Amino acid sequence: MAAELVSSHAEAVDVVVIGAGPAGMSAATRAARAGLKTVLIDEQDAAGGQIYRGIGRADARRKEILGPDYAAGGAIAQAFAASGARHLTGATVWQVTRERGINYLKDGRIGSFDAQRVILASGAMERPFPIPGWTLPGVLTAGAAQILLKSAGEVPAAPPILAGCGPLLYLLGWQYIRAGVPIRALVDTTRHEDRWRAKRHMLSALRAWPYLSKGLQLMRTLREAGVPMFEAADDLRVESRTGADGVEHASALGFTTQGAAHRIEADVILLHQGVVPNTQFTQALRATHRWDNAQLCFTPKTDAWGELDVPGIFVAGDGAGIGGAQAAALQGALAGVAVAAQLGAIDTRKRDLEAMALRRDLAGALRIRPFLDSLYRPRDVNRIPKNETIVCRCEEVTAGELRKFVELGCVGPNQAKSFGRCGMGPCQGRMCGLTVTEVIADARRVSPAEVGYYRIRPPIKPLTLGELAGE
Amino acid sequence: MTSSTPTLFKPLPGADGASIDIFFNDRALTVQGGRSVAAALLAAGVSRFRATPVSGAPRAPYCMMGACFECLVEIDGVPSRQSCMVEVKAGMRIRSQEGARDLPPSIGTDTADASLENAHGR
Repeated sequence: MAAELVSSHAEAVDVVVIGAGPAGMSAATRAARAGLKTVLIDEQDAAGGQIYRGIGRADARRKEILGPDYAAGGAIAQAFAASGARHLTGATVWQVTRERGINYLKDGRIGSFDAQRVILASGAMERPFPIPGWTLPGVLTAGAAQILLKSAGEVPAAPPILAGCGPLLYLLGWQYIRAGVPIRALVDTTRHEDRWRAKRHMLSALRAWPYLSKGLQLMRTLREAGVPMFEAADDLRVESRTGADGVEHASALGFTTQGAAHRIEADVILLHQGVVPNTQFTQALRATHRWDNAQLCFTPKTDAWGELDVPGIFVAGDGAGIGGAQAAALQGALAGVAVAAQLGAIDTRKRDLEAMALRRDLAGALRIRPFLDSLYRPRDVNRIPKNETIVCRCEEVTAGELRKFVELGCVGPNQAKSFGRCGMGPCQGRMCGLTVTEVIADARRVSPAEVGYYRIRPPIKPLTLGELAGE
Repeated sequence: MTSSTPTLFKPLPGADGASIDIFFNDRALTVQGGRSVAAALLAAGVSRFRATPVSGAPRAPYCMMGACFECLVEIDGVPSRQSCMVEVKAGMRIRSQEGARDLPPSIGTDTADASLENAHGR
């Protein structure tokens, strides 16, 4: 219904790319270089996505703190800027139709495109980390803290605790040390048995040695800086205090290691246990999704070029399954050449020649993944929380309430909405979707695939009726 | 404990951004520009951006990338703005978002059939 409201004003273009991270920038660059009329739409006011956020504005000092992998995004952004693709900044896409109509909101006004091909590059978001107290002011994701560093040069005012697992957590710690920011503690949930499980993938990891040695160097920097480090942390819980102004906020992290109880005070507690694909668009498109048991998330089904089972719509980068920034840029280029060939801008011989080189590099970039997925597989207890823990932050629904819904006959996430408003707040299930799926699957003793995911509907970002009516 | 609520984030020494004046809940604040409203408020010592409609619990930015909607505030009279997605400008009048709003993010939050109910229509 909403689509028809605005479709008469839709601007016809060859390619619309959504998301200005490495995948989106590379896809738009390749399509535009083939001579296609290409628009890249992104919510931010500058290209880079989350991984290269603020890359155009960062001075030498900030680039030095953030490290060479961040600085590498500059070349991708420059190539994009020179490609001839149009960059629509500060625009939020709230609907993509199966007929490739795109509706977006910019400066309070609605605009539309009618595209021959669409490339979705909306990337990843951090996996929910539902522990007691994770809703308190002062608890942020490690990614959020990194965005504050990249985009605003801001760091915690007092030494923070970094808790959880995964490369981003250690990278942020390394960046803080370089910025001269003391860290109260690194509380790692990774266990030794995880390390053994990961050893099965050691051979493939060895072939990705440059990546692995970088990771070891991060950890060494933290150790040498004297950051207190805890391993195999369990029973994480954020404690709170109420200030003189009446605001309750985080004040300490409690946890256990091998049965020993710990409690460390900090005002800022940064959580992270990996990233998962942002599937809002592909879910809303009713594309087929599969449960990935290695990455513990839903991923859209695509062909070798990234095309969904919705013709003409592609997905590139972490939105198709977590592969990291390097892989994302290559997948973006692959989708770009595929689209260029489909629209007749290049011939299939040229496409296949380019694809061969891209796929070879992609295989290299993805070599480390099985090892990382295994080593940093978030533990069950940190994904399927105990009863007291809030699962749906918006509507404050706990895991215990969710389990009660199941007892009463709730079989999946969509019914959980009507049982108790779970997933119906403004975040539209982004913060609880995977947790709800896994809690229900666990309670019903069936697979997450059988339980499925929230049925996502447009507008995938909240919109006021006034905006919709074009007031 | 009666110590006041701590400032959560601060700019690195020498960080760029000219000082600008804004208002938060009618209190004048001097913040650095060239950043999101959320980043500016965090560095200005704000740690309660909104209260939940359900229990009134305090909330503050969690994801900083437009996904969690914990940083919702009212900006220049418009409620339910994602403060992590809006650049701070001189003279902005920002208010914490207290519970449910009259003009909520409305139609993206329904269950079955896109009913146009208030997101927190209780």
